Amino acid sequence: MKLINGFLAQVGQYTMLMGKVFSKPEKAVIYRRRIVFEMEALGLNSVGIATIISVFMGAVVTLQMSINLESPFIPQYLIGYATRETMILEFSSTVVALILAGKVGSNIASEIGTMRITEQIDALEIMGVNSAGYLILPKIVATVLFFPFLTILSIIIGTAGGYLVAMLTGIMIPDDYIQGILSDFKPYSITYSLIKMAVFAFVITSVSAYYGYYAKGNSLEVGRASTRAVVVSSIVILICNLILTQLLLI
Amino acid sequence: MIKADHLVKSFDGRTVLKDVSVEFETGKTNLIIGRSGSGKTVLLKSLVGLHEVDSGDIFYDDICYTSLGFTERKEIRRQIGMIFQGGALLDSSTVEENVRLPLDLFTDQSEREKAERVDFCLRRVNLPDAHKLYPAELSGGMVKRVAIARAIVMNPRYLFCDEPNSGLDPVTSVVIDNLIREITEEYGITTIINTHDMNSVMEIGEKIVFIYEGSKWWEGTKHDILHADNRELNDFVFASAMAKRAKGLL
Repeated sequence: MKLINGFLAQVGQYTMLMGKVFSKPEKAVIYRRRIVFEMEALGLNSVGIATIISVFMGAVVTLQMSINLESPFIPQYLIGYATRETMILEFSSTVVALILAGKVGSNIASEIGTMRITEQIDALEIMGVNSAGYLILPKIVATVLFFPFLTILSIIIGTAGGYLVAMLTGIMIPDDYIQGILSDFKPYSITYSLIKMAVFAFVITSVSAYYGYYAKGNSLEVGRASTRAVVVSSIVILICNLILTQLLLI
Repeated sequence: MIKADHLVKSFDGRTVLKDVSVEFETGKTNLIIGRSGSGKTVLLKSLVGLHEVDSGDIFYDDICYTSLGFTERKEIRRQIGMIFQGGALLDSSTVEENVRLPLDLFTDQSEREKAERVDFCLRRVNLPDAHKLYPAELSGGMVKRVAIARAIVMNPRYLFCDEPNSGLDPVTSVVIDNLIREITEEYGITTIINTHDMNSVMEIGEKIVFIYEGSKWWEGTKHDILHADNRELNDFVFASAMAKRAKGLL
């Protein structure tokens, strides 16, 4: 019972925080500047990690498919097809989001948490600034707009990684791989993937900001808030993934 | 004038402020003194609305602050400047950006006007060349001076200072004290300083309120404090053996 009460209290607190975040900004031009800044800090700075994991994951998926689908009855181009579908439907949105929850989520929670315990948030409140809106809204807008680009980048880099491994290892004919990634392409899959990533971006940013915003005490608590932010946003991403797949694909 | 009327504040069932009533006078440096944990920071944060009081009223020049809604409170808060114990400067912004932030958010001044106002405030606190520095590059005294510049940039009617001398050497403390006193006299504002530094008390304390275990125990001027016969106040003011001997308490 205590656990349920605690959970409901947190959901209520989160909802109220989001109410403050989405209230009318003091001055739109300042928020626009902050959105551009956050796009660079949270989005552009994540391009590297998204690229590295995508190229390796695309290569590994291609290798695994080649090994497991080795049969005279299965055409080789299906390996390229399966790699493309894996990247579009799950990897480039869900797995990349889970990795970003670790990188961006902990960054947001620790940044806002440190601001809380060093009274920087109190200072904003005293000035009459809606601190929740000023600090969190630009981050949410920046990630929701930018992370879908990371998904597109991840799809391209991942499928290129598969091609690279096909070419370098000789495990399959590269032309078959190309034929596979071009066959039976459904543009809706991309839309589905982008919608998922936009939702995940909101989850990562808002949940992490929530844990940072309500951090109390000292630097140890900021560390704990950061860990909680990553764990909870990862779980919420997985739950949202299930719900969105049911809603959008079935 | 700022008036607290029968303020009560508790945290988790522990009463920290016990029926505190006090009036702080306009154009004077009002000091709240007391031992660590006596409730003086809670009183200060309750006065500015960072803590919601359980009961009692707070008046800003006859406006009952406690009965105001969120939006109306923001209007009062824009007339408040506050200097926090650690400075509470935004780490990711330069000195100039920190001082300019309230102007950016709440005024329609041109870039040139804002730059002139920031220059004026930084010159006023003797930091004419610190514009491009980040808080991490400043000394403790400089951080406090930037915090003062930020607090006065909007021409506040009320100035709150939470232990402005903590962590500073005696010479820098006197500089900060004098700066606050000069600004108070220059602009005719109501200044409330929370401190346990007896040098500050004797230097700038025009009205002094002594808080003991959450209650207002004594109030008077810096001249009265030396001759008071309040035992708890004397224990605080003349804490060292040497001071006790000088007062004739030993």
